[in-house]
Amino acid sequence: MFALRQVAKVFSNGTKALEDITVEIAPGSFVALLGPSGCGKSTLLRLLSGLDAPSGGEISWGHAGKPAPGEIGYVFQDATLLPWADAAENVYLPLRLRGLSRAEAMPRVRAALAQVGLEGFEQTRPKGLSGGMKMRVSIARALVSEPALLLMDEPFAALDEFTRHKLQDDLLALWRRTGKTVVFVTHSIYEAAYLANRIVIMTPRPGRIATTLTPDLPDGPGRRESAAYHRLVAEITGSFQRILPV
Amino acid sequence: MNRSVERVAPFAFGLIALVLWQGVVWVTHTPSYVVPGPVDIARAFWQARGALGSGLLSTLAVTGAALLSSTVLGVLLAVAMAASPLFRSAVQPWAVVVQVTPVVAIAPLIIIWVGQPFLALVVCAVVVSFFAILSNTAAGLAATPPELLDLFRLNGATRWQILFQLSLPYALPYFLNGLRLAGTLALVGAVVAEFVAGSGGFASGLAWQIIEASYRLQIPRMFAALLLLGAAGVGIYATLGVLERVVLARRNRA
Repeated sequence: MFALRQVAKVFSNGTKALEDITVEIAPGSFVALLGPSGCGKSTLLRLLSGLDAPSGGEISWGHAGKPAPGEIGYVFQDATLLPWADAAENVYLPLRLRGLSRAEAMPRVRAALAQVGLEGFEQTRPKGLSGGMKMRVSIARALVSEPALLLMDEPFAALDEFTRHKLQDDLLALWRRTGKTVVFVTHSIYEAAYLANRIVIMTPRPGRIATTLTPDLPDGPGRRESAAYHRLVAEITGSFQRILPV
Repeated sequence: MNRSVERVAPFAFGLIALVLWQGVVWVTHTPSYVVPGPVDIARAFWQARGALGSGLLSTLAVTGAALLSSTVLGVLLAVAMAASPLFRSAVQPWAVVVQVTPVVAIAPLIIIWVGQPFLALVVCAVVVSFFAILSNTAAGLAATPPELLDLFRLNGATRWQILFQLSLPYALPYFLNGLRLAGTLALVGAVVAEFVAGSGGFASGLAWQIIEASYRLQIPRMFAALLLLGAAGVGIYATLGVLERVVLARRNRA
């Protein structure tokens, strides 16, 4: 269980980014942090990664202290691959940093690339990959260390809509298959509604939790067309109309 | 326009200019101690080829040694400045001071202090050239994507791993660009220092050839040395440009 208790973050310039954030993240859940730009979603994600410390409150990763190397998988808005390394080398990177030899790591690297549907692209450099494929490599890089918590910061925001839909479907399938705990930051109501089984809606700065929804959409190919999905989108849109100043 | 025509154009233009130059010198009967024609210069070049050749080698030796020292100094300073903001704020203004001080003004001091002539020339050339490497490498180190820094930290990377596996590789194109600039700057620094040192210095470089020829009013030979110097500068720039392209192409091939 990952838990944030009354977490606050004040930047050194005095800006209050987050206030009184209390969330529990059950293992295996897919949590979307949803809110307008500047509401502190990314800040919250960084706190969850252990890269930044909160100014108040506490965060627990289910054990004492900070997360261990490799315990957190992080996917950024850009794929941020090393341009001089091929896909396999890029996915190997987190394991290499932790001292695994290439021979030990390669089976895991290949498995991670296969999980995101990139078999056969091991030797391709980022230059030879499309935007969607680069993002897949980036996801494989986050998965290769088998993290307890997968954090994703608007990973599909820079992709075209068709690629985005495909990657959303593949991410859902991957999540069901692996049972990973995912925290997914997005400013897209549609994306949050489509992906998450728990949607945390945040207010603009200072970021607070306005409300939490726990939708239960049908699995499978009809999900994007289902009435339940469209009702959920309408419900979320309604709650934003209540919290956002007109 | 055709590409091959474009490639030939500068040479054709140069040739036409040389012919015109020689023509004007012949028609106006200008004496060669005022403006020598290309033919006189070519003849002087051939006659003094031994001295000019060893002059070139001597100047290139100074330039090469200076470029090497500038690379070591510039990269080390850039890495130290990236690692420690305190070091950066302490050193950066002084690096700028060294950079903006005209080398002509401090060359006499350097020559007196260092004593050994070759070393003195190298130090002067380093003073002129190291900043190009320092500032470019520092800019490259600062351009490391912050997300990748986060990724390295999340996976428990040490400072050395971040430096050698992330920051330095990211700074490589910036460094190579700085190296190319520093190459020509080192040549300029070496020549200026040779001029200041004059006969009291190393007395064998290309600059010395120019000084000596001017003392003796051997203007064609002066021109020949000057042309050789220009060619050396272009050669250094082009060589380092090729190095830059080859290294980056090898690394970035898709």
